[in-house]
Amino acid sequence: MNNQLEHPVYNYKVVRQFTVMTVVWGVIGMAVGVLIASQLAWPALNFETPWLTFSRLRPLHTNLVIFAFGGSALFATSLFVVQRTCQARLISDKLAAFVFWGWQLVIVCAIISLPLGYTSSKEYAELEWPIDILLAIVWIAYAVLFFGTISKRKASHIYVANWFYGAFILTVAVLHIVNSAAIPVSMMKSYSAYAGAADAMVQWWYGHNAVGFFLTAGFLGIMYYFVPKQAGRPVYSYRLSIVHFWALISLYIWAGPHHLHYTALPDWAQSLGMVMSLILLAPSWGGMINGMMTLSGAWHKLRTDPILRFLVVSLSFYGMSTFEGPMMAIKTVNSLSHYTDWTIGHVHSGALGWVAMVSIGAIYHLVPVMFNKDAMYSTPLINVHFWMATIGTVLYISAMWVNGILQGLMWRAYNADGTLTYSFVDSVEASFPGYVVRLIGGITFLGGMLVMAYNVWQTTRNNEAAATNPAASAA
Amino acid sequence: MSPFWSAWIIILTTIFLIGICWVLMANRKTQNRGPDATTGHEYDGIVEYDNPMPLWWIQGFVATIIFGVGYLIAYPGMGSWPGVLGWTAVNQWQAEVDEAAKRYGDVFAGYSATPIEELAQDPKAMRMAQRMFANNCALCHGADAAGGYGFPNLTDNDWLYGGSPEQIKTTITHGRTAAMPQWGNVVGDQGVREISAYVYSLNGREADAALAAEGGKKFQMFCASCHGKDGKGNYAFGAPNLTDQVWLYGGSMGQIQHTLQNGRSGRMPAHQELLSADKIHMLSAYVWSLSNQ
Ligand code: HEC
Ligand code: HEC
Ligand code: HEM
Ligand code: HEM
Repeated sequence: MNNQLEHPVYNYKVVRQFTVMTVVWGVIGMAVGVLIASQLAWPALNFETPWLTFSRLRPLHTNLVIFAFGGSALFATSLFVVQRTCQARLISDKLAAFVFWGWQLVIVCAIISLPLGYTSSKEYAELEWPIDILLAIVWIAYAVLFFGTISKRKASHIYVANWFYGAFILTVAVLHIVNSAAIPVSMMKSYSAYAGAADAMVQWWYGHNAVGFFLTAGFLGIMYYFVPKQAGRPVYSYRLSIVHFWALISLYIWAGPHHLHYTALPDWAQSLGMVMSLILLAPSWGGMINGMMTLSGAWHKLRTDPILRFLVVSLSFYGMSTFEGPMMAIKTVNSLSHYTDWTIGHVHSGALGWVAMVSIGAIYHLVPVMFNKDAMYSTPLINVHFWMATIGTVLYISAMWVNGILQGLMWRAYNADGTLTYSFVDSVEASFPGYVVRLIGGITFLGGMLVMAYNVWQTTRNNEAAATNPAASAA
Repeated sequence: MSPFWSAWIIILTTIFLIGICWVLMANRKTQNRGPDATTGHEYDGIVEYDNPMPLWWIQGFVATIIFGVGYLIAYPGMGSWPGVLGWTAVNQWQAEVDEAAKRYGDVFAGYSATPIEELAQDPKAMRMAQRMFANNCALCHGADAAGGYGFPNLTDNDWLYGGSPEQIKTTITHGRTAAMPQWGNVVGDQGVREISAYVYSLNGREADAALAAEGGKKFQMFCASCHGKDGKGNYAFGAPNLTDQVWLYGGSMGQIQHTLQNGRSGRMPAHQELLSADKIHMLSAYVWSLSNQ
């Protein structure tokens, strides 16, 4: 069956593998998300078992959804897009296979080591040093694969999507290597190479650019290929792409200090971080505008094409979270939002609304191409998934906004005598309803992923029957 | 910050902001070859229009840059430039603390002359103290002050360091650090078993009589200096009374053996840096009231 699925020119195998794993890791990562969401509502669900506690599963959730789910989506789409827009096969099938299996190995190591309690305790960079080294090697192989293919391209220009993928690959390599620099003391324990406020600054320089390059630039690459492709319309403005690309990638580098407002970080660094975050608003919206305006003349397609709907709604959530982010970067707002569920709401309006939705749209586009089908097994099921994802996201983020503002206001409320009105525990109690609503939203979103898994499974079955359709394989 | 790094930051930031403006301005206009003009490239069937950037978007972009420049003039940001407003995070914090002290200082100072026994009868003062307790002490001692494992119950009139108003106040102001030495390597496993049996029996419970008898002798040798000959404890060391039903670390045989084997060192943090003397006075009255009503 594999032979029949092989494309005569391009390496589709690695794309197909990553496409399937996107769905698998999406389901698993979000299931862990649902579990930790329920633990926050009912702590008894920690079961007094060390490897099932919130503290160990939370990093597992973030690693799985960002690096396993998001990462697989980025690998699948970037390796697909780079071949199609450069009209060149990946430079090496062996290297491609190494990237796929290497990445899966990194994820399996994360699934084992994080619940066992091994952590460098740097957020989004928790993996201990041996896994970090493996990750760096796989990443460099990926970079060689991607840029090697670009250098073999037939066209003289490089398509915008590849600029974004390229920036994402290069910057993540630098971020990972610099931030993970550490002094090992044993096989599974190391100490950061930096100390004190400098360590915090390096960590959030990394952390914010993980958001900016992993969760944003990479996914803008997805947007720039799949939106015009699915809509069948030209990209709205080439100039806008140039300006917002350069502005976006250069501004993100400065914005890290907004995670450290009102801390030991020097005032000047906090101010610069805040200013650059505000200026980041327009370049971020540039991507949204370019995507949305690409649809002008194709809006009617939204009525019949749920894949396009995923892409459009993801752009709206992208616009929303990149408006919210700069607002939260303003010190006065941050003094209310920081440490509250508002941050969690912001994270997931980006993560569910933007990252997950745009990936889901792209995967629905990719699966039939990868498995030689005219379309997904069921379009109505895509539609069901669309509504579950949208409702799930809206429930999740509105619950967190309410909780976040509630917590922020409760913590700063004080009585006529200057004593605080509420103790911390009061605010935890008041957050309970929000945690339950968030859980319902999460379950709904996860349910949508299961619908997707079923739909993908049905699409990939009976390959023999469909592989006789040569027209599809030439597509 | 050294002048070098200051200059480095200023130059980098300035070049960067100018660069952003340049990219924006350089691409402001298109060749304007009509609404449907494309760039002429095609990638896998995708073409690109050469539309101009939306004007409102450019204006918004420029507005944020202008705001940014203004902010960096007003506030610290450009290296060691302090900003024309002279703002610092520490100043802001100090101003808020001073303001609070000015506004609420009298509220607490008004009670500072009242003796603790009397203050404990003042319902308004006790309501204020209870809120302070909820925010400063409840995380360790519990909202109801009934304590937990390793954290003493403050409502039972059984004291480690004494329950007189002055003793309570000293505890809160200066904190306390308990030092119960570890005995495992001094008396050995057998010794631990013997002494534990003796301690276990001190409050009237049944224990192996032979072990307890041996343990009693060792107790007088090693423990009496702190816990007293009769085991009733000593406020000076914070050594608990071992003859009652109240346990800081649980009274089971296992816990007692663990205490002996490894020692204990409970720590009550000092609050003199965190709370004003007037507030501590009020909190002392509150704690005292919990077991003296
Ligand atoms: C240097 C003084 C000192 C000596 C000597 C000492 N203790 Fe202690 N002991 C303490 C202090 C102080 C505590 C309270 C520890 C805390 O609060 O963390 C304590 C706590 C205990 C406890 C726990 C009580 C509870 O409520 O849980 C036991 C049991 C105990 N000691 C038994 C002994 C025995 C038996 C010996 C002799 C082998 C001994 N101690 C010798 C100071 C001493
Ligand atoms: C970080 C936890 C912590 C906090 C916060 C804390 N305590 Fe304590 N406190 C302790 C511990 C532990 C002890 C017992 C020390 C020991 O084992 O000797 C203690 C002991 C005490 C005692 C002595 C009890 C006795 O039996 O003699 C008093 C009184 C007390 N605390 C009052 C307070 C008050 C009032 C506050 C709030 C201003 C407060 N504590 C905040 C941990 C804490
Ligand atoms: C079913 C879907 C999901 C549920 C129920 C869920 C639930 C949660 C919960 C409960 C937390 C911890 C919040 C806290 O500590 O208070 C969390 C954190 C986080 N999740 Fe999710 N999640 C889901 C999907 C996703 C996806 C798809 C992504 C990314 C692509 C994501 C990224 C993150 C990140 C980055 C954090 C850490 C946030 C921070 O530290 O501020 N989540 N999630
Ligand atoms: C212009 C764009 C953005 C800006 C300026 C921005 C700004 C911010 C700010 C101020 C915080 C809160 C920091 C704190 O108080 O601790 C934050 C947190 C976060 N944002 Fe954004 N944001 C932007 C876009 C996004 C997008 C698109 C995503 C996701 C895809 C995202 C993901 C996150 C995550 C994961 C965190 C939590 C980090 C943590 O504490 O663990 N952000 N962001």
